[in-house]
Amino acid sequence: MSTSPILETIHLSKRYKKRWAVKDLNLSVQPGDVFGFLGPNGAGKSTTIRMILTLVFPTEGEVRLFGGLVAQNRMRTLGRVGGIVEKPDFYLYLSAVRNLQILGALNGGVTESRIEEVLELVGLKERARDPVKAYSHGMRQRLGIAQALLHDPELVILDEPTSGLDPQGMKEVRELILQLSREQGKTVFLSSHLLHEIELVANRMAIINRGELVVQGEVEELLSKGEVYVILKAEPADAVKRVLERCTPPIPFRLSEEGFRLDMEFSRIPALAKALVDEGIEIHAIVPRRSLEDFFLSLTESETPSLSESGAPS
Amino acid sequence: MIRLVTYELVKTFLKKRTYLGFLIILLIVPLIEVAMKIEGEGMVRMWTRGLQQDFFFVGNLFNGWIVAYALMNSLWIHIPILISFVAGDMLAGEATSGTYRLILTRPVSRTGIFLSKYVATLLYTLLFVCFLALLSIGLGIALLGTGQLLVPLEGLLILPADDIAWRFFVAYILAFWSMTTIASIAFFFSSFVENAIGPIIATMGTLIIFTIIVFIQLEFFDPIRPYLFAQYMNLWQNAFTHPFSLESLQDGVLVQGLTSIVSVLGAWVIFVRKDILS
Repeated sequence: MSTSPILETIHLSKRYKKRWAVKDLNLSVQPGDVFGFLGPNGAGKSTTIRMILTLVFPTEGEVRLFGGLVAQNRMRTLGRVGGIVEKPDFYLYLSAVRNLQILGALNGGVTESRIEEVLELVGLKERARDPVKAYSHGMRQRLGIAQALLHDPELVILDEPTSGLDPQGMKEVRELILQLSREQGKTVFLSSHLLHEIELVANRMAIINRGELVVQGEVEELLSKGEVYVILKAEPADAVKRVLERCTPPIPFRLSEEGFRLDMEFSRIPALAKALVDEGIEIHAIVPRRSLEDFFLSLTESETPSLSESGAPS
Repeated sequence: MIRLVTYELVKTFLKKRTYLGFLIILLIVPLIEVAMKIEGEGMVRMWTRGLQQDFFFVGNLFNGWIVAYALMNSLWIHIPILISFVAGDMLAGEATSGTYRLILTRPVSRTGIFLSKYVATLLYTLLFVCFLALLSIGLGIALLGTGQLLVPLEGLLILPADDIAWRFFVAYILAFWSMTTIASIAFFFSSFVENAIGPIIATMGTLIIFTIIVFIQLEFFDPIRPYLFAQYMNLWQNAFTHPFSLESLQDGVLVQGLTSIVSVLGAWVIFVRKDILS
């Protein structure tokens, strides 16, 4: 893999009056990455994307795209980037085709056949002549992806592209992202507030909270580095304890509010389930957990804990 | 740039709001002209009341030209409102609809986008003024015929029939100049707000306040009056003076031109530096 990042933010910061929306953010996205940019709502994801795409000017720091400073090479670099920023808004009184013609004209070199092609890719060819105001949210989201791909960019920046979609729509977008990466070799920068979504498509990720970088690295590595445990809800408790002590090797456990918290590898779950069933124990739930998930959930639910408190990798 | 302007015009003219002004003109001009055909001679009698005992007025003084002349008085307030509908929406409309996020992430400079929008605004203003001219003069002549033009400015001036057409041409060029000033001010206000109503209200507010300062006879305002664009909203009337003098246009053309330049430069500075948060 190339060592020269396709996208880099260096000490990137944005302050609105007294509040820092983004503070000292250092991200590095390599060519070919599907890079997950994860954070709870209001963490600074969209502000970061707006700074990358030159909608918002950084208070401090800089953005580099394709090795050059965006601030100095805006026209050259933006021609190689396509993106959706937050919800997909269009000229509602115009058709999808007309919207794409206007946006294509701003990019230059976008042919009518390319417009047809991207509309087909996102499944909007049949409704291409309808005014966008008649589109559902999902259709607008797909049109948003179409406009991002219109000029065949090398880097695609997608800000919460599955937001508001039904499960089928979410699945289609995920498949499209993987297709863009695997079949077309595009680099994808994907922001989301759902760890699960990032886990399904991204190879690298960063977590941001309150404008600051929490962690950055390979998805697999980040997810495996942290503590792994299983939550077991089963009755009767005494019988469960006996089974856990009898296992080879015995499974260390403690009681938590959620049930038994078992310190074990996920690979032992089937054997444990069988042992519990054989003992006639009633199983309500067996939930594999990783500390990164716990940590991320805690970010989205309440005050920010420190990484050391949550046991997440740093 | 031509491509950018073309698509700005496509966006502008595919929007219903754009036609609101044309529709109002299309309704109001025929309505007024028909009403004047019915009872407009009273207006001419009123203008000539003081002179009828001493002079005979011969020829057709009540004709299409005088109706078109009377309609040009809508350039004081009414046409500016209609111009600001579109000019005020040019930049703010993109913020309202969230489409800045689409167009400003493309490899086009903000200055390029800005200029294309301003040029589209000017073209709309030109088209609007031309539409008003053609409809008011064309329909006026069709309904009431031609003749001399009675001009009620600082006394009464009667212009011969063959001395009128070019004066209307010049008057509408000057009207376009004044309306460009209004459009530029609306464009300025449009650059720093995120809804289109604000620029319309702000533009009209500015025009009304300045007009009050111009017309209210207080010495306190004497030093600033010559520098206010509203002082010259009757610039077009200079085309109907005799003899026609280019010198009489200088101050108005200069002050309104400078107002336009300052407004557009101000809008440009704001636009290229603003964070797009919509």
